[in-house]
Amino acid sequence: MTEQTNESTLTLEQMAPVTGGRLIDFMRLRHIALALTIVLTLASLASIAIRGLNLGVDFTGGTVMEVTYPDSKNPDIVRELLKNNGYEAVVQHFGSSRELLIRLPPPEAGDDSAEAKAALSNKVLGILQAETAEARLNRVEFVGPQVGEELREQGGLAILLALGGILIYVALRFEYRFAVGAVVATIHDVIVVVGFFSFTHIEFDLTVLAAVLAVIGYSLNDTIVVFDRERENFRLMRTETPYEVMNISINQTLSRTLMTSFTTLIVVTALYVFGSEVISGFALALIIGILIGTYSSIYVASNLLLMMGITKEALIPPPKDNAELDAIP
Amino acid sequence: MNRYPLWKYLLLIVTLIVGLIYALPNLYPSDPSVQISQRQGNDLEPALMQSLEKTLNEHQLGFKSSELNGPNALIRFDDTETQLEASDLIRETLGREYVVALNLAPATPAWLQALNAQPMYLGLDLRGGVHFLMEVDMDAAKEKAFERYEDEFRDYLRNDKVEYLGVARDGEILTIKFKDAEQRSAGLKTLSSKYFNELQWQEQDPAETYDLTATIAPEQLQNIQKLALQQNITTLRKRVNELGVAEPVIQQQGLNRIVVQLPGVQDTARAKEILGATATLEFRMVDDTGNDPVSAEQSKRIPLGTQLFHESNGNPILLKRRVMLTGDYITDASSGFGNDTGAPEVNIVLNGKGGERFRQATGTNVGKLMAVIYIETTYDEQEVKGEKVRKPVKHQEVINVARIQDELGSRFRITGLDSPKEARDLALLLRAGALAAPLYIVEERTIGPNLGQANIDSGFKSILIGFVLVMVFMLIYYRLFGLFANLALTMNVVIIFAVMSMLQFTLTLPGMAGIVLTIGMAVDANVLIYERIKEELRNGAPVQTAINRGYDQAFSTIMDANVTTLIAALVLFMFGTGPIKGFAITLAIGIATSMFTAIVGSRALVNLAYGGRKVEKLSI
Repeated sequence: MTEQTNESTLTLEQMAPVTGGRLIDFMRLRHIALALTIVLTLASLASIAIRGLNLGVDFTGGTVMEVTYPDSKNPDIVRELLKNNGYEAVVQHFGSSRELLIRLPPPEAGDDSAEAKAALSNKVLGILQAETAEARLNRVEFVGPQVGEELREQGGLAILLALGGILIYVALRFEYRFAVGAVVATIHDVIVVVGFFSFTHIEFDLTVLAAVLAVIGYSLNDTIVVFDRERENFRLMRTETPYEVMNISINQTLSRTLMTSFTTLIVVTALYVFGSEVISGFALALIIGILIGTYSSIYVASNLLLMMGITKEALIPPPKDNAELDAIP
Repeated sequence: MNRYPLWKYLLLIVTLIVGLIYALPNLYPSDPSVQISQRQGNDLEPALMQSLEKTLNEHQLGFKSSELNGPNALIRFDDTETQLEASDLIRETLGREYVVALNLAPATPAWLQALNAQPMYLGLDLRGGVHFLMEVDMDAAKEKAFERYEDEFRDYLRNDKVEYLGVARDGEILTIKFKDAEQRSAGLKTLSSKYFNELQWQEQDPAETYDLTATIAPEQLQNIQKLALQQNITTLRKRVNELGVAEPVIQQQGLNRIVVQLPGVQDTARAKEILGATATLEFRMVDDTGNDPVSAEQSKRIPLGTQLFHESNGNPILLKRRVMLTGDYITDASSGFGNDTGAPEVNIVLNGKGGERFRQATGTNVGKLMAVIYIETTYDEQEVKGEKVRKPVKHQEVINVARIQDELGSRFRITGLDSPKEARDLALLLRAGALAAPLYIVEERTIGPNLGQANIDSGFKSILIGFVLVMVFMLIYYRLFGLFANLALTMNVVIIFAVMSMLQFTLTLPGMAGIVLTIGMAVDANVLIYERIKEELRNGAPVQTAINRGYDQAFSTIMDANVTTLIAALVLFMFGTGPIKGFAITLAIGIATSMFTAIVGSRALVNLAYGGRKVEKLSI
């Protein structure tokens, strides 16, 4: 009777809006996906090794100034002006043609006193205002070389710590193979996002690093939802092969995966388009991270589980849902 | 049957009301205002405020309101331009007895204030201002301690009439040489009684002399560094106070760093100058034994008991080694112009001890020449064996030489300063006291006020647009259930703002990005639940059972998924600085509150619509 109620209230379209009721054989493409994953990872690593990262002032040390002019201003003029005064600066438009971003490299050690380094921005502004009195300073960031080094170290440490913490959590909640799958998928995402920044040479600063950490959280979120279903199905389905369990699980979570990725993409795209220029790198890292994270939760994490030979036996007897762990915020 | 307990409805309603109340203050924009207080911290007179109001009216500077609250007064304005003009005018009118600071005063209505509801604290990237990270030169602090010990040893031994040959320093070891073992044990008795466990003593017997060596105990070394840091923080506080900054943040960070945040400060050049300045004064007698300073400089032979200095015109001058007075004894200083000459001068007031000391010193030297030395320490960075080493460079200049006409007491003035600005800055620095050890800026972030406002605007715009797009999408895809999710999402945003305001966390630009991200991710919980419900329906479960199971079974998935994001947020919070911390905070709060609103909140709405009755079809 209940069966009938459902049949009458829900159309096929509503029941399986994404797949239309058909099971998509995701795992069939797993070899192609594996190849793609390896290529993406290697290309990213190669780019990071060869091109390096366009590290922001946060990590390299140095001075960045954002200056607004009353009318549009040619960066070349300002670069020339600063050069004539003995400053080698990178000058570019920032946001609009009236706004200029001026980067000054960290002075060589022994070049100048610490006070002089901190006073650099004042001197440069003096030069700019001598030429155009209305030039207005919007923002200054000065990072000493030592602080830059510390931030660089801390950033790397933060990524490692986040991955480590997540590995432990997933290992506790799932089986170790799940943990390995989740962390490998996440490392893959981090490498590709960083690789993207290396390839495009878009500045990698502290906010981008924060976005990478958020991507770690997000991508894992995605992977875990798929894993959760796989674990459940492994326990429920006694006759299907692991290959089939994977496929069914991915199909069942597909609409959720797409929905959540889509809503999150909407907001970070809004942030990229309407947000301040300062956090466009942050938003971009998230956009890439969400796309790649969605891909990796299917084709890296689950693929890896299959390759590591996950079996029903490994999950039986089913570990009891740990109430204490649930209470962890 | 699918029922939802009453207490959950009540919890939800109470949370929503509390959330709304505490989020509400953020809707009232802050007023640009001027904050006035008396330098000594006394209560302000209402009469003073009335006269100020009159002055403002006379200059046609309209103000919104003026409040007097014990030692603080606040005058609110409509815009920043009026505020700036008015603050200059007020500063001029009141003189230096008062601290006049720019402020962004929250315009929270009284009834909300009574509930202790306040708007979120805006970070510097949103309100404009300057952030400095300053490092204390601990080597210099150590150096100073050694110098102090050396002087003290001499004084104590002299007072106890212990004969000693000399005090010398080699690296971190102080050595006192004695003629015989007897004097040495007397010396050890004297000195060890003065210092408890600060110093470690050791007797050594090289050829001919009897030595006593002292090293500083490791705990004492730590103590010296801690004290240097604390005194620097105190001095910085006073200096910031002199600059006139409302709501400054001055905090220790790590073992040797100090964070200084000055909201609203625009003149960063001056702020940098004043915060890191080391200028102080010293008073010495001019050598009167007939030595020629010019030949002393050329031959590099400085006569015993004297030291070579230069006057501002570059002429050499020999001064006595003994310092009559240092800037440490100065309690107050103000700048002005001499009545007779019109030249900039600094009026100085000494404390009791300093006044007594100065009276004695000048009393016995009437008719002789006294020199005022302006001392400033800057730091040069050099690379030695690959290590960066900062070397202090002391700039000393004799700014004034005058004949002592009469015994000088605790009040006097000095002249010889280059400009009124120099006089003003020197007076400020003398008032605020010297730094225990030099500071240098290792990080600076300055945000102009316009950029701050632009950041707020663009931040809110992206929050709003993201919010609306997600809501439209959810509504189209999940219909009535989408509406429930949207209401839960709205409640989530309200609660994020409320929690941020209640706990007075700092909202930064990345923090706003965190809210945007949360909006996108918060619906995830609802999506998970709804997809489960759909699946249950597809599997033939009755409507109410499907709802129940959907919520129950999605719970552990939601939990797992959110904990991992929370781990990432936690790591960000631990390692992030300033604005990044703001991102971690909003992300963490957003995730936590989203679990509540998406699970408890949307469930309540679902049950209000469908619960407790027979339903044929869900609008999902």
